Amino acid sequence: MEVVQVIVQGVLLGGLYALFAAGLSLIFGVMRLVNIAHGDLIVVAAYFAYFTMQAFGIGPFTSLIIVVPVIAAFGYVLQRCLLNFALGDDLPPLLVTFGLSIIIQNVLLLLFTHDSRRLYAGPIEMASWKFTPDFAIGVLPLIQFGAAVLIIGGLQLLFYRTKIGRNFRATSDDPAIAQLMGIENRHIFALAMALSLAVVAIAGVFIAVRTTFNPFYGPQLLIFGFEAVIMGGLGSLWGTLAGGILLGLAQAVGGQINVGLPFTAGHVVFLLVLFLRPQGLFPKVSV
Amino acid sequence: MSDVSGALPRAKVVHSTFASHVGVAFWAALVVALIAIPYWGDRQMMRLLTEIYSFVALASLWNLLAGYAGLVSVGQQAFVGLGGYTLYLCALWAGFNPLLGLPLAGVIGGIISIPIVVLLLKLRGAYFTIGSWVVAEVFLQIFQLVPAVGGGSGISLPATVVLSIAKSRSTRESVIYWIFLALAVAVIGVIVILLRTRYGLALQAIRDNETAAKSNGIDVNRARTVVFVVAAAATAMVGSMVFLQKLSITPFSAFSINDWTVNMIFITVIGGIGRVEGPILGTVIYFVLREFLADLASAYLIILGVVAIGVMLKAPKGIWGYVADRFGWQLFPLARRLVRDAPLRTKSVRTPG
Repeated sequence: MEVVQVIVQGVLLGGLYALFAAGLSLIFGVMRLVNIAHGDLIVVAAYFAYFTMQAFGIGPFTSLIIVVPVIAAFGYVLQRCLLNFALGDDLPPLLVTFGLSIIIQNVLLLLFTHDSRRLYAGPIEMASWKFTPDFAIGVLPLIQFGAAVLIIGGLQLLFYRTKIGRNFRATSDDPAIAQLMGIENRHIFALAMALSLAVVAIAGVFIAVRTTFNPFYGPQLLIFGFEAVIMGGLGSLWGTLAGGILLGLAQAVGGQINVGLPFTAGHVVFLLVLFLRPQGLFPKVSV
Repeated sequence: MSDVSGALPRAKVVHSTFASHVGVAFWAALVVALIAIPYWGDRQMMRLLTEIYSFVALASLWNLLAGYAGLVSVGQQAFVGLGGYTLYLCALWAGFNPLLGLPLAGVIGGIISIPIVVLLLKLRGAYFTIGSWVVAEVFLQIFQLVPAVGGGSGISLPATVVLSIAKSRSTRESVIYWIFLALAVAVIGVIVILLRTRYGLALQAIRDNETAAKSNGIDVNRARTVVFVVAAAATAMVGSMVFLQKLSITPFSAFSINDWTVNMIFITVIGGIGRVEGPILGTVIYFVLREFLADLASAYLIILGVVAIGVMLKAPKGIWGYVADRFGWQLFPLARRLVRDAPLRTKSVRTPG
């Protein structure tokens, strides 16, 4: 039964990684930008939630009402004021977001020190459904997984069923033609970043309820999201969910073998997938 | 067999310009002056200079990868750490003179980089970048887990090992100083030579337009593999010397992304990416700024980051690239001009219009 428990935990954790991946995948899809600061922005969202909770005396999930729109607006401004100017060549977006990542980490360090923090969600953290004496599913992981599936489904609908989604896809296919058709690329890119960071904000709050975070936690989250994107296959939202689940499973099983092993196991499975199936599990565009 | 080249005007490729003659004379004088430093400089100055040499070498190697081969790696700390551990382990396990660890680090770094680059080249652009990060993370975690290499607490170099380099302290420090200087000069020399070969031309073509380079018959992946392996071997050699001087090594110091990669990226971007002179100028700027801003600690990295972003957006070729484009300067003979041996037979060419 222990095996089943480990597998279920891994799958549920994978939903969270899929959320990191979805935000990363979304902006890559729309503007071919790989945001190296993605993980650090997740951490920014977590810190923002932390202080919002303190200021208003609310729980982490209620804080999303404030955190999501503010972080999304921040994303819009960040894209319009900085990242739009870096698009085009290969090097500038990469190096600008890399610089941004280092800046965010050190600003967070200056403001909030090296102390680890966590968001406390109250008794729900401990709640679980016991199916048999030695098999239980935590309520919180289940909520997180359910939210991840809903968000990814929602993004899928948005991309393929709405006007803004059509604009995203048009800009992604050919930015010059899209602009000729009256789409303002700079605005579309900024909206994509806002949407990505809205997803990031939710993911940031979820992960910060689950584990402690500090100013230097971002790169690890970026790597998890990235591994899920590549394993799932570029350009496919449901693929990122599969990639996230595979990563969560690898970490859970690795952690079961040796306490020090979960992340290494995740990396090794990622490198194996890269070796055996570089296009990912459910590819849509070639790597 | 008819002589094909006879049909064409004889010409050869000339790399040097007046500026590069001046430049080469300048570098030669500088290197001679730097070689002499142990005879009159103090210990602190030599220490600072060895650090500068290691930065010049590491930043130049990162520039070779990112600026010429289009491989933006954020995982070079994997090879710095690997080099450090190689030197420590062959001094401790095999009882070698630690200086023997230097070439060995190069060999091991080169060999291990082959499967890594084969795997990473399946990823393109920014995905290559994050992939290189994952590889470095795996190194960090493996070295933390293996008790034979000291696990999380690492290893120290016993005094007997250090003494085996040279008995007297001043001789030892001079020898280490010269090795660092030789490494920096060798790294830049190898890069300049590499850039003057066909591979160098191929690399610059890839940098400017990958698709066009491919359609001209350049094997992009092969050129990138060669560059990655050369850079990995040299990075490991620099890493071995850096940790010989530190006298102790831990997984976190060995595989630190901040120490071995972030600084190198900022230095190269600010100095001038895709120019051999760039990382050298960048290192000088880095150390000058550090003298003034050392007290700021983490604020220093914020300032560097802001400057690097500003340079990337306003002058993407960096400070040296800006200067070189404006004045046509080059301090290394790297340009390619076609110079005819004999004057071409005059033949009227009618230009349209």
